[in-house]
Amino acid sequence: MSATDPHHATHRTIEAVWRIESPRLIAGLTRLVRDIARAEDLAQDALVAALEQWPQSGIPDNPGAWLMTTAKHRAIDHLRRNTRLETKLAELAPEIAEKEQAVPDYVTAIDDNVGDDLLRLVFISCHPILSLEAQLALTLRMLGGLTTDEIARAFLVPEPTIAQRIVRAKRTLTESRVPFEVPRGPELGARLSSVLKVIYLLFNEGYSATAGEDWLRPTLCEEALRLGRILANLVPNEPEVHGLVALMEIQASRSKARTTPTGEPILLLDQNRAHWDQLLIHRGLAALQHAEQLSDNQHRNPGSYTLQAAIAACHARAVTPEATDWSRIATLYETLTRRTPSPIIELNRAVAISMAQGPQAGLDIVDTLTNEPSLKNYHLLPSVRGDLLTKLNRHNEARLEFTRAATLTRNTRERDLLLQRAKDCDQPLPTE
Amino acid sequence: MRCMVLVKASKDSEAGVLPSTELLTNMGKFNEELVKAGVMLAGEGLQPSSKGKRIAFTGSKPTITDGPFSETKELVAGFWLWQVRSMEEAVEWLKRSPFGPGAEVEIRQIFEAEDFGAQMTPEIKEREERLRNQINEKK
Repeated sequence: MSATDPHHATHRTIEAVWRIESPRLIAGLTRLVRDIARAEDLAQDALVAALEQWPQSGIPDNPGAWLMTTAKHRAIDHLRRNTRLETKLAELAPEIAEKEQAVPDYVTAIDDNVGDDLLRLVFISCHPILSLEAQLALTLRMLGGLTTDEIARAFLVPEPTIAQRIVRAKRTLTESRVPFEVPRGPELGARLSSVLKVIYLLFNEGYSATAGEDWLRPTLCEEALRLGRILANLVPNEPEVHGLVALMEIQASRSKARTTPTGEPILLLDQNRAHWDQLLIHRGLAALQHAEQLSDNQHRNPGSYTLQAAIAACHARAVTPEATDWSRIATLYETLTRRTPSPIIELNRAVAISMAQGPQAGLDIVDTLTNEPSLKNYHLLPSVRGDLLTKLNRHNEARLEFTRAATLTRNTRERDLLLQRAKDCDQPLPTE
Repeated sequence: MRCMVLVKASKDSEAGVLPSTELLTNMGKFNEELVKAGVMLAGEGLQPSSKGKRIAFTGSKPTITDGPFSETKELVAGFWLWQVRSMEEAVEWLKRSPFGPGAEVEIRQIFEAEDFGAQMTPEIKEREERLRNQINEKK
């Protein structure tokens, strides 16, 4: 099958149209039939019809509208069938006649408030009634328009696992009669943070993969960024959405500089900053400024994504590692740890403090964390401790820490790096 | 993947004639749609080539030529930077743009880190194989 094969080309076009249109299609249909599983079936029916007809008839001028019309007609057929059934049962009760007339109104209603429908689809896909895994899969499927096969490859699990996960998730939503709505009042904040969590998890799932792994993993980062950007337009007044977008843009800006050509990770301070993507940095800094301004205007403290983005921004703004504003980073970590106490954030603060005030000051904080149960198997604790000990010329202790860190990491490339550092402790280079 | 969408110059754009209010309004709507879909990363319109310069690196010293430049159809009048999943998606989006007859637009794919992957894959494979052999030998 060659790229110039017209049949193949049509299929690729249909795929592209599907990806652009399917979220809106499914969202509009869910509002119409009040059942996400049924809505997706209807949307899929329209896709199948397109796959059957377009290769012969050619691609319509407005393919999105074609899909929408086809799906709507099927939805209306479905509603009419139900109505006819009711008509028989109710022996032509007058309210049924009203329902018959009401059907065409649904058709116009579907085009209104596309944004609202999309937002409802976001909230239902990330509903807390579903397991986190199911939320991730459903979000990619419903909002990213990815196939189960693509989702499976992205998460490195077999395709039937994902297919089952999605089927179950849809069943749960139907059986629990989860309303298709945007949560209001105090519930909105909590629900929104679970949406943001799903998007950031998707991003990290792609970002933590190293080069040479499945090609689809960078796609996860792109999908997460795209979802974040879409969400920022759907709820433009929520500072944390912009904070998350800022964080992802700035992190993504470093993706070309993060690994060697053979795939070994390069630490932030060793990265070639000329390889950082200035456009993404620029977009990230703009989103951060927007998030901070919104927090200010609404007299709210900056949220955790905004704070993390502010930290990432300190690195992004520094032209050289030496130019990094470490004391500002340490302050931001302190605010973050007060907001959401976490030993991992505390460990990061220790690193920032060591850079601002010297290795001993950092080590003093790290030493308060060595008995922390949640960090017991966390390789970065001994790794950071080893680094600080090296800087203090305590090489024997440092070697033990690097060796321990190497046994704890699951990433082979990181393990190599840590073992090398352990080895270097035997012939230490003089430190400044 | 990302792509750059290059809008070619026309007689009007080169003469500094601004687009009609209608086209500007429709273009604004189109841009809004692109942003809402998370597709548009950047985009700008360029002033006519009469305000531009060309620097040619031929001899020992670069030669600088002032605009305007004659080959109108080869000139760029504006650009977008888009984040899309495929070339087909970029084409689909362009079909929805408000350009009228006579306009010409070119889509070019941007090199990403993973595009260099094909070259380094054999190396990585070899490396990993060597590692695996070493581990097996130690068993």
